[in-house]
Amino acid sequence: MEHHENKNEVRNVTIVLSVLTIIELILGFLMMKMDAGSIARLGTKITIVVLMLAKAYYIVGYFMHLKHELRNLIMTIVVPLMLFVWFITAFLYDGNSFRNLRNNYDPHFKEQSTIKKQPAEHNSNEHKEGSHEEKKTME
Amino acid sequence: MSTATTATTATTKWWNGGKSPFNVEYGKLMMWYFLMSDAFTFGAFLISYGTIRFSTNGWPDPNIVFQSYPFKSATSGPAPLVFVSIMTFILIISSVTMVQAVKAGHEMKKNKVATNLIWTIIGGAAFLGCQAWEWNHLHHEGAWWGHNPFLNADLTQSSTNFTNYFFTITGFHGFHVFSGVIINIVMLIMTLNDSFEKRGHYLMIEKAGLYWHFVDLVWVFVFTCFYLI
Repeated sequence: MEHHENKNEVRNVTIVLSVLTIIELILGFLMMKMDAGSIARLGTKITIVVLMLAKAYYIVGYFMHLKHELRNLIMTIVVPLMLFVWFITAFLYDGNSFRNLRNNYDPHFKEQSTIKKQPAEHNSNEHKEGSHEEKKTME
Repeated sequence: MSTATTATTATTKWWNGGKSPFNVEYGKLMMWYFLMSDAFTFGAFLISYGTIRFSTNGWPDPNIVFQSYPFKSATSGPAPLVFVSIMTFILIISSVTMVQAVKAGHEMKKNKVATNLIWTIIGGAAFLGCQAWEWNHLHHEGAWWGHNPFLNADLTQSSTNFTNYFFTITGFHGFHVFSGVIINIVMLIMTLNDSFEKRGHYLMIEKAGLYWHFVDLVWVFVFTCFYLI
Protein backbone atom coordinates (compact mmCIF):
# COMPACT_ATOMS: atom_id res chain seq x y z
CA MET A 1 0.00 0.00 0.00
CA GLU A 2 1.10 3.63 0.15
CA HIS A 3 4.09 3.46 2.47
CA HIS A 4 6.17 6.16 0.81
CA GLU A 5 4.30 9.04 2.48
CA ASN A 6 4.72 7.52 5.94
CA LYS A 7 8.08 9.07 6.75
CA ASN A 8 6.90 12.67 6.84
CA GLU A 9 3.71 11.60 8.57
CA VAL A 10 5.57 9.91 11.44
CA ARG A 11 7.85 12.93 11.85
CA ASN A 12 4.95 15.37 11.81
CA VAL A 13 2.93 13.35 14.33
CA THR A 14 5.98 13.14 16.61
CA ILE A 15 6.32 16.92 16.47
CA VAL A 16 2.60 17.41 17.13
CA LEU A 17 2.68 15.06 20.14
CA SER A 18 5.77 16.76 21.58
CA VAL A 19 4.31 20.24 21.12
CA LEU A 20 1.00 19.21 22.71
CA THR A 21 2.87 17.69 25.67
CA ILE A 22 4.94 20.85 26.12
CA ILE A 23 1.77 23.00 26.01
CA GLU A 24 0.22 20.71 28.64
CA LEU A 25 3.29 21.12 30.86
CA ILE A 26 3.25 24.92 30.46
CA LEU A 27 -0.43 24.95 31.43
CA GLY A 28 0.43 22.72 34.38
CA PHE A 29 3.05 25.20 35.57
CA LEU A 30 0.69 28.16 35.06
CA MET A 31 -2.01 26.34 37.02
CA MET A 32 0.15 26.22 40.17
CA LYS A 33 -0.23 29.98 40.62
CA MET A 34 -4.01 29.96 40.23
CA ASP A 35 -6.37 29.87 43.22
CA ALA A 36 -8.00 26.56 44.07
CA GLY A 37 -11.55 26.41 42.75
CA SER A 38 -11.20 29.44 40.49
CA ILE A 39 -12.73 29.58 37.01
CA ALA A 40 -9.25 30.04 35.49
CA ARG A 41 -8.04 26.82 37.10
CA LEU A 42 -11.10 24.91 35.91
CA GLY A 43 -10.67 26.30 32.41
CA THR A 44 -7.01 25.26 32.35
CA LYS A 45 -7.97 21.75 33.45
CA ILE A 46 -10.57 21.50 30.69
CA THR A 47 -7.98 22.72 28.16
CA ILE A 48 -5.54 20.05 29.36
CA VAL A 49 -8.20 17.34 28.93
CA VAL A 50 -8.94 18.56 25.39
CA LEU A 51 -5.20 18.45 24.57
CA MET A 52 -5.07 14.93 26.07
CA LEU A 53 -7.86 13.80 23.72
CA ALA A 54 -6.01 15.38 20.78
CA LYS A 55 -2.89 13.39 21.71
CA ALA A 56 -4.96 10.21 21.97
CA TYR A 57 -6.40 10.91 18.50
CA TYR A 58 -2.93 11.28 16.96
CA ILE A 59 -1.55 8.14 18.66
CA VAL A 60 -4.51 5.94 17.70
CA GLY A 61 -5.01 7.46 14.25
CA TYR A 62 -1.43 7.58 13.02
CA PHE A 63 0.88 5.50 15.25
CA MET A 64 -1.66 2.69 15.53
CA HIS A 65 -2.62 3.33 11.92
CA LEU A 66 -6.36 3.19 12.58
CA LYS A 67 -7.01 6.19 10.34
CA HIS A 68 -5.72 4.19 7.35
CA GLU A 69 -7.82 1.09 8.06
CA LEU A 70 -11.15 0.38 6.43
CA ARG A 71 -14.14 2.30 7.70
CA ASN A 72 -15.79 -0.98 8.78
CA LEU A 73 -12.90 -1.74 11.15
CA ILE A 74 -12.73 1.83 12.47
CA MET A 75 -16.42 1.71 13.34
CA THR A 76 -16.22 -1.58 15.28
CA ILE A 77 -13.44 -0.05 17.41
CA VAL A 78 -14.69 3.50 17.86
CA VAL A 79 -18.45 3.01 18.27
CA PRO A 80 -18.20 0.79 21.42
CA LEU A 81 -15.82 3.35 22.93
CA MET A 82 -18.63 5.90 22.70
CA LEU A 83 -19.96 4.25 25.88
CA PHE A 84 -17.26 6.20 27.70
CA VAL A 85 -19.13 9.44 27.08
CA TRP A 86 -22.01 8.16 29.16
CA PHE A 87 -19.78 6.40 31.73
CA ILE A 88 -17.79 9.54 32.47
CA THR A 89 -20.84 11.83 32.59
CA ALA A 90 -22.87 9.51 34.82
CA PHE A 91 -20.13 8.54 37.25
CA LEU A 92 -18.69 12.01 37.77
CA TYR A 93 -22.21 13.41 38.23
CA ASP A 94 -22.88 10.67 40.77
CA GLY A 95 -19.64 11.37 42.64
CA ASN A 96 -20.44 15.06 42.77
CA SER A 97 -23.96 14.36 44.00
CA PHE A 98 -22.57 12.07 46.73
CA ARG A 99 -20.27 14.85 47.92
CA ASN A 100 -23.17 17.33 48.11
CA LEU A 101 -25.30 14.83 50.04
CA ARG A 102 -22.51 14.18 52.54
CA ASN A 103 -21.79 17.88 52.99
CA ASN A 104 -25.49 18.47 53.70
CA TYR A 105 -26.31 15.48 55.87
CA ASP A 106 -22.98 14.28 57.37
CA PRO A 107 -21.64 16.90 59.81
CA HIS A 108 -18.55 14.82 60.59
CA PHE A 109 -17.58 14.66 56.90
CA LYS A 110 -18.11 18.39 56.53
CA GLU A 111 -16.11 19.17 59.68
CA GLN A 112 -13.19 16.93 58.67
CA SER A 113 -12.76 18.89 55.46
CA THR A 114 -12.32 22.20 57.32
CA ILE A 115 -9.72 21.25 59.97
CA LYS A 116 -6.23 22.32 58.87
CA LYS A 117 -3.25 20.12 59.71
CA GLN A 118 0.49 20.73 59.82
CA PRO A 119 2.41 19.23 56.87
CA ALA A 120 4.28 16.12 58.03
CA GLU A 121 7.79 16.71 56.71
CA HIS A 122 7.66 19.18 53.84
CA ASN A 123 8.20 22.54 55.51
CA SER A 124 8.14 24.45 52.24
CA ASN A 125 5.03 26.50 52.94
CA GLU A 126 5.86 29.25 50.52
CA HIS A 127 4.07 27.87 47.47
CA LYS A 128 1.00 26.46 49.18
CA GLU A 129 -2.04 28.48 48.29
CA GLY A 130 -4.76 29.40 50.78
CA SER A 131 -2.48 29.77 53.82
CA HIS A 132 -3.07 33.45 54.48
CA GLU A 133 -3.15 33.10 58.26
CA GLU A 134 0.32 31.60 58.31
CA LYS A 135 1.70 34.40 56.20
CA LYS A 136 0.35 36.97 58.63
CA THR A 137 1.98 35.29 61.61
CA MET A 138 5.25 35.01 59.76
CA GLU A 139 5.26 38.70 58.96
CA MET B 1 -5.18 -11.55 1.06
CA SER B 2 -3.38 -10.01 -1.92
CA THR B 3 -6.57 -10.17 -3.98
CA ALA B 4 -8.47 -8.27 -1.30
CA THR B 5 -5.92 -5.47 -0.98
CA THR B 6 -5.91 -4.53 -4.63
CA ALA B 7 -9.21 -2.63 -4.60
CA THR B 8 -9.83 -0.26 -1.71
CA THR B 9 -12.02 2.16 -3.61
CA ALA B 10 -15.41 3.32 -2.40
CA THR B 11 -17.17 1.13 -4.94
CA THR B 12 -15.85 -2.07 -3.31
CA LYS B 13 -18.72 -3.97 -1.67
CA TRP B 14 -16.97 -5.30 1.43
CA TRP B 15 -19.99 -7.16 2.77
CA ASN B 16 -20.95 -8.98 -0.43
CA GLY B 17 -19.08 -12.06 0.68
CA GLY B 18 -16.03 -13.77 -0.70
CA LYS B 19 -13.59 -11.32 0.91
CA SER B 20 -12.53 -10.13 4.36
CA PRO B 21 -14.74 -7.13 5.20
CA PHE B 22 -12.08 -5.61 7.50
CA ASN B 23 -9.18 -6.40 5.19
CA VAL B 24 -6.82 -7.24 8.08
CA GLU B 25 -5.51 -10.58 9.23
CA TYR B 26 -7.04 -12.40 12.19
CA GLY B 27 -4.31 -11.61 14.71
CA LYS B 28 -4.39 -7.88 14.08
CA LEU B 29 -8.18 -7.71 14.37
CA MET B 30 -8.08 -9.67 17.62
CA MET B 31 -5.31 -7.42 18.94
CA TRP B 32 -7.58 -4.43 18.26
CA TYR B 33 -10.46 -6.07 20.13
CA PHE B 34 -8.17 -7.00 23.02
CA LEU B 35 -6.93 -3.41 23.21
CA MET B 36 -10.51 -2.15 23.15
CA SER B 37 -11.38 -4.37 26.11
CA ASP B 38 -8.19 -3.24 27.87
CA ALA B 39 -9.24 0.35 27.25
CA PHE B 40 -12.44 -0.40 29.13
CA THR B 41 -10.44 -1.84 32.03
CA PHE B 42 -8.26 1.25 32.27
CA GLY B 43 -11.30 3.43 31.71
CA ALA B 44 -13.08 1.75 34.61
CA PHE B 45 -10.07 2.40 36.85
CA LEU B 46 -9.75 6.03 35.85
CA ILE B 47 -13.50 6.74 36.02
CA SER B 48 -13.60 5.17 39.47
CA TYR B 49 -10.71 7.45 40.48
CA GLY B 50 -12.58 10.45 39.07
CA THR B 51 -15.79 9.49 40.88
CA ILE B 52 -14.01 9.24 44.23
CA ARG B 53 -12.23 12.51 43.59
CA PHE B 54 -15.52 14.24 42.78
CA SER B 55 -17.13 12.84 45.94
CA THR B 56 -14.35 14.24 48.18
CA ASN B 57 -13.95 17.83 49.36
CA GLY B 58 -10.14 18.01 49.25
CA TRP B 59 -7.42 16.29 47.26
CA PRO B 60 -3.59 16.42 47.46
CA ASP B 61 -1.81 18.82 45.11
CA PRO B 62 0.21 16.73 42.61
CA ASN B 63 2.76 19.54 42.35
CA ILE B 64 3.61 19.07 46.03
CA VAL B 65 3.49 15.25 46.03
CA PHE B 66 5.47 14.67 42.81
CA GLN B 67 8.26 17.22 43.04
CA SER B 68 11.43 15.16 43.27
CA TYR B 69 13.84 13.52 40.85
CA PRO B 70 16.92 11.26 41.15
CA PHE B 71 20.19 12.77 42.42
CA LYS B 72 18.36 15.85 43.69
CA SER B 73 20.47 17.76 46.19
CA ALA B 74 18.94 18.65 49.54
CA THR B 75 19.32 22.39 48.93
CA SER B 76 17.55 22.54 45.54
CA GLY B 77 13.91 23.52 45.65
CA PRO B 78 10.87 21.48 44.60
CA ALA B 79 10.73 20.61 40.90
CA PRO B 80 7.15 19.64 40.09
CA LEU B 81 6.37 17.94 36.76
CA VAL B 82 10.05 17.69 35.75
CA PHE B 83 10.65 13.99 36.32
CA VAL B 84 7.27 12.87 35.00
CA SER B 85 7.66 14.89 31.82
CA ILE B 86 10.95 13.08 31.18
CA MET B 87 9.07 9.77 31.60
CA THR B 88 6.39 10.98 29.16
CA PHE B 89 8.93 11.88 26.50
CA ILE B 90 10.75 8.55 26.95
CA LEU B 91 7.48 6.74 26.17
CA ILE B 92 6.64 8.96 23.17
CA ILE B 93 10.11 8.43 21.68
CA SER B 94 9.90 4.67 22.21
CA SER B 95 6.57 4.75 20.37
CA VAL B 96 8.25 6.51 17.46
CA THR B 97 11.00 3.87 17.26
CA MET B 98 8.27 1.20 17.30
CA VAL B 99 6.61 2.88 14.31
CA GLN B 100 9.98 2.77 12.55
CA ALA B 101 10.32 -0.95 13.37
CA VAL B 102 6.87 -1.71 11.91
CA LYS B 103 7.71 0.35 8.82
CA ALA B 104 11.04 -1.44 8.38
CA GLY B 105 9.10 -4.72 8.68
CA HIS B 106 6.91 -3.75 5.73
CA GLU B 107 10.09 -3.09 3.75
CA MET B 108 11.52 -6.48 4.88
CA LYS B 109 14.66 -4.81 6.30
CA LYS B 110 15.67 -7.20 9.06
CA ASN B 111 18.52 -5.17 10.54
CA LYS B 112 16.46 -1.97 10.68
CA VAL B 113 13.65 -3.87 12.45
CA ALA B 114 16.12 -5.24 15.01
CA THR B 115 17.78 -1.85 15.65
CA ASN B 116 14.46 -0.08 16.18
CA LEU B 117 13.17 -2.87 18.40
CA ILE B 118 16.28 -2.54 20.56
CA TRP B 119 15.69 1.20 20.92
CA THR B 120 12.06 0.54 21.84
CA ILE B 121 13.11 -2.01 24.46
CA ILE B 122 15.63 0.45 25.89
CA GLY B 123 12.92 3.12 26.07
CA GLY B 124 10.54 0.77 27.84
CA ALA B 125 13.20 -0.32 30.30
CA ALA B 126 14.12 3.32 30.98
CA PHE B 127 10.48 4.13 31.68
CA LEU B 128 10.20 1.18 34.06
CA GLY B 129 13.39 2.31 35.80
CA CYS B 130 11.96 5.80 36.26
CA GLN B 131 8.75 4.38 37.64
CA ALA B 132 10.62 2.07 40.02
CA TRP B 133 12.60 5.05 41.30
CA GLU B 134 9.45 7.11 41.82
CA TRP B 135 7.61 4.32 43.65
CA ASN B 136 10.65 3.76 45.86
CA HIS B 137 10.91 7.49 46.58
CA LEU B 138 7.21 7.77 47.48
CA HIS B 139 7.44 4.64 49.61
CA HIS B 140 10.29 6.22 51.59
CA GLU B 141 8.07 9.26 52.16
CA GLY B 142 5.52 6.93 53.74
CA ALA B 143 3.15 6.53 50.81
CA TRP B 144 1.83 3.07 49.96
CA TRP B 145 -1.48 1.24 49.62
CA GLY B 146 -3.33 2.17 52.79
CA HIS B 147 -0.86 4.89 53.80
CA ASN B 148 -1.08 8.51 52.72
CA PRO B 149 1.40 10.93 54.32
CA PHE B 150 0.29 13.86 52.15
CA LEU B 151 -2.24 16.51 53.08
CA ASN B 152 -4.89 17.93 50.79
CA ALA B 153 -4.08 21.08 48.84
CA ASP B 154 -6.07 23.11 51.43
CA LEU B 155 -4.02 21.47 54.25
CA THR B 156 -6.91 19.33 55.50
CA GLN B 157 -6.54 15.63 56.26
CA SER B 158 -6.39 13.52 53.10
CA SER B 159 -7.70 9.97 52.73
CA THR B 160 -5.85 6.88 51.54
CA ASN B 161 -7.91 6.95 48.32
CA PHE B 162 -5.21 9.12 46.78
CA THR B 163 -2.33 6.67 47.27
CA ASN B 164 -4.51 3.59 46.65
CA TYR B 165 -5.59 4.85 43.25
CA PHE B 166 -2.15 6.17 42.37
CA PHE B 167 -0.32 2.91 43.09
CA THR B 168 -3.05 0.69 41.62
CA ILE B 169 -3.39 2.55 38.33
CA THR B 170 0.27 3.41 37.72
CA GLY B 171 1.10 -0.15 38.83
CA PHE B 172 -1.37 -1.63 36.35
CA HIS B 173 0.08 0.58 33.63
CA GLY B 174 3.62 -0.33 34.66
CA PHE B 175 2.66 -3.99 34.39
CA HIS B 176 1.49 -3.31 30.83
CA VAL B 177 4.81 -1.61 30.05
CA PHE B 178 6.63 -4.60 31.53
CA SER B 179 4.68 -7.11 29.42
CA GLY B 180 5.18 -4.85 26.39
CA VAL B 181 8.95 -4.96 26.92
CA ILE B 182 8.78 -8.78 27.21
CA ILE B 183 6.75 -8.98 23.97
CA ASN B 184 9.26 -6.71 22.22
CA ILE B 185 12.16 -8.86 23.45
CA VAL B 186 10.40 -11.94 22.03
CA MET B 187 9.91 -10.05 18.75
CA LEU B 188 13.60 -9.14 18.71
CA ILE B 189 14.66 -12.77 19.27
CA MET B 190 12.29 -13.96 16.52
CA THR B 191 13.63 -11.28 14.17
CA LEU B 192 17.24 -12.25 14.84
CA ASN B 193 16.36 -15.95 14.39
CA ASP B 194 14.96 -15.13 10.92
CA SER B 195 11.51 -16.39 11.96
CA PHE B 196 9.81 -13.57 10.05
CA GLU B 197 12.11 -13.89 7.05
CA LYS B 198 11.07 -17.54 6.74
CA ARG B 199 7.42 -16.58 7.16
CA GLY B 200 7.81 -13.98 4.42
CA HIS B 201 6.29 -11.09 6.39
CA TYR B 202 6.76 -9.07 9.58
CA LEU B 203 3.06 -8.73 10.47
CA MET B 204 3.76 -9.97 14.00
CA ILE B 205 5.80 -6.81 14.68
CA GLU B 206 2.73 -4.81 13.73
CA LYS B 207 0.64 -6.52 16.44
CA ALA B 208 3.36 -6.01 19.05
CA GLY B 209 3.51 -2.39 17.86
CA LEU B 210 -0.23 -1.93 18.40
CA TYR B 211 0.16 -3.14 21.97
CA TRP B 212 3.13 -0.87 22.57
CA HIS B 213 1.32 2.21 21.23
CA PHE B 214 -1.63 1.37 23.44
CA VAL B 215 0.68 1.44 26.47
CA ASP B 216 1.81 4.91 25.37
CA LEU B 217 -1.82 5.93 24.87
CA VAL B 218 -2.81 4.85 28.37
CA TRP B 219 0.10 6.80 29.82
CA VAL B 220 -1.25 9.97 28.15
CA PHE B 221 -4.43 9.52 30.21
CA VAL B 222 -2.71 8.41 33.44
CA PHE B 223 -0.22 11.28 33.20
CA THR B 224 -3.00 13.82 32.74
CA CYS B 225 -5.27 12.46 35.45
CA PHE B 226 -2.65 12.05 38.18
CA TYR B 227 0.08 14.59 37.53
CA LEU B 228 -1.55 17.49 35.72
CA ILE B 229 -5.11 18.00 36.93
